[in-house]
Amino acid sequence: MSLAISSPATADELVPYKIIGDTIPQSLTGTPGDPARGRALVLARTTTCILCHSGPFPEVRFQGDLAPDLKGTGNWWSAGQLRLRLVDASRFNPQTIMPSYYRNNGLVRVGRNFASKPILSATEIEDIVAYLATLQN
Amino acid sequence: MSFWRAIAVGALVAAAPALLAGEIPSDARRSGYAFMGPDTRAMQDDDTANPGMLFVLDGEALWTKKTGSAEKACADCHGDARSSMKGVAARYPAFDKALARPFTLDQRINLCRANHQRAAPLPYESRDLLALSAFVAHQSRGVAITAGDDPELKPFVAQGRDLFMQREGQLNLACTNCHDDNFDKRLAGAPITQAQPTGYPLYRLEWQTLGSLERRLRSCMSGVRAQAYDYGAPELVALELYLMSRARGLPMETPAVRP
Ligand code: HEC
Ligand code: HEC
Repeated sequence: MSLAISSPATADELVPYKIIGDTIPQSLTGTPGDPARGRALVLARTTTCILCHSGPFPEVRFQGDLAPDLKGTGNWWSAGQLRLRLVDASRFNPQTIMPSYYRNNGLVRVGRNFASKPILSATEIEDIVAYLATLQN
Repeated sequence: MSFWRAIAVGALVAAAPALLAGEIPSDARRSGYAFMGPDTRAMQDDDTANPGMLFVLDGEALWTKKTGSAEKACADCHGDARSSMKGVAARYPAFDKALARPFTLDQRINLCRANHQRAAPLPYESRDLLALSAFVAHQSRGVAITAGDDPELKPFVAQGRDLFMQREGQLNLACTNCHDDNFDKRLAGAPITQAQPTGYPLYRLEWQTLGSLERRLRSCMSGVRAQAYDYGAPELVALELYLMSRARGLPMETPAVRP
């Protein structure tokens, strides 16, 4: 029998953010991200972007074609729009298959190793936003 | 048109029950075979090159081997599998009246071991269980799938369909998002198929061994970072049943080869 006061597993705290229109204008970390780290993250399979997307990544052999090519992304999306897209793409399209990368609740049967965690950290989101914003031509 | 071409082209059965919304029409159903390259197809087509056939041969030996405290072999009750087991796997998972729920071919084999051979159950994915189920399912090679016909199965097919449509895991994706809406596209390098369960147990090059349909379903679940159901869980059986009923009319291929 357990009388100990157990603290229930709480969801990892997410940095609060404010949505204005179709953007999150403020950086989640308060500082700009690092585009070079962002590029490496987008290319890493475990980040999952290139499972669905392709992009200007000549060194990557296997890219997905379930989603738009990422080249030119910075031409038509602002950093604030990209940030909201990554945090919660379902705000743009409720049916989207693109995961919400900064969300830790309301999901079904999340695997033990991933429970209560967002897919990406605030720092990782900022790095990727910084990189995507450079994709201009 | 060759037999394997027929598989690539799709279902051979004309009469189909009414489709549910979003379901793939019977003349558009395609086995995973149709999504593979020529080398992998050639490996499946040639029994001397298909590594799954080694398991089938092992299963054939087990079929006639006396086992358990009853000292009985499968063949003592069922005789020649070529006739007694023909078409059986195409009807599984099947409804069990005593248990009042569907059960898989693997579970049926273990029920026979318990009730008729008085032998311990074979663990899921063990070589002997895969060999026996490959041997039994091989007797249905070319037989059109009819699983899910029994009216008693209806609520279980519906449960499996709900699970197929349910988004899950950290990536929040449902089976239907890939296998109904995006087959023919590529997830990184891999072609997304229609998830037709025609060839199980099958030899997967990535696994370097034979594996069950449940193993495949569990790896798609882990792929979306969901907690995979345990082997034999009612949810996995229901999903398996739904997939088989969704594949109605497609011919069985066991043992298939997949990348
Ligand atoms: C499971 C599939 C999937 C994954 C994984 C995914 N996306 Fe997407 N993404 C989409 C789809 C589909 C769209 C098209 C719009 C929609 O449906 O929301 C999209 C749209 C976008 C857009 C807008 C593109 C445009 O031109 O309109 C950007 C930018 C984007 N994704 C970036 C990313 C990044 C960065 C990652 C990884 C951190 C990622 N996506 C992961 C499916 C995905
Ligand atoms: C993000 C995409 C995605 C999701 C979601 C997904 N799968 Fe898959 N599935 C795949 C891919 C890609 C393959 C082919 C893998 C290979 O052969 O390399 C596959 C293979 C399969 C196969 C094997 C088909 C064959 O020919 O042997 C089955 C069955 C299957 N999936 C069922 C499911 C079920 C059931 C679910 C939900 C629990 C599911 N999948 C969720 C991408 C997905």
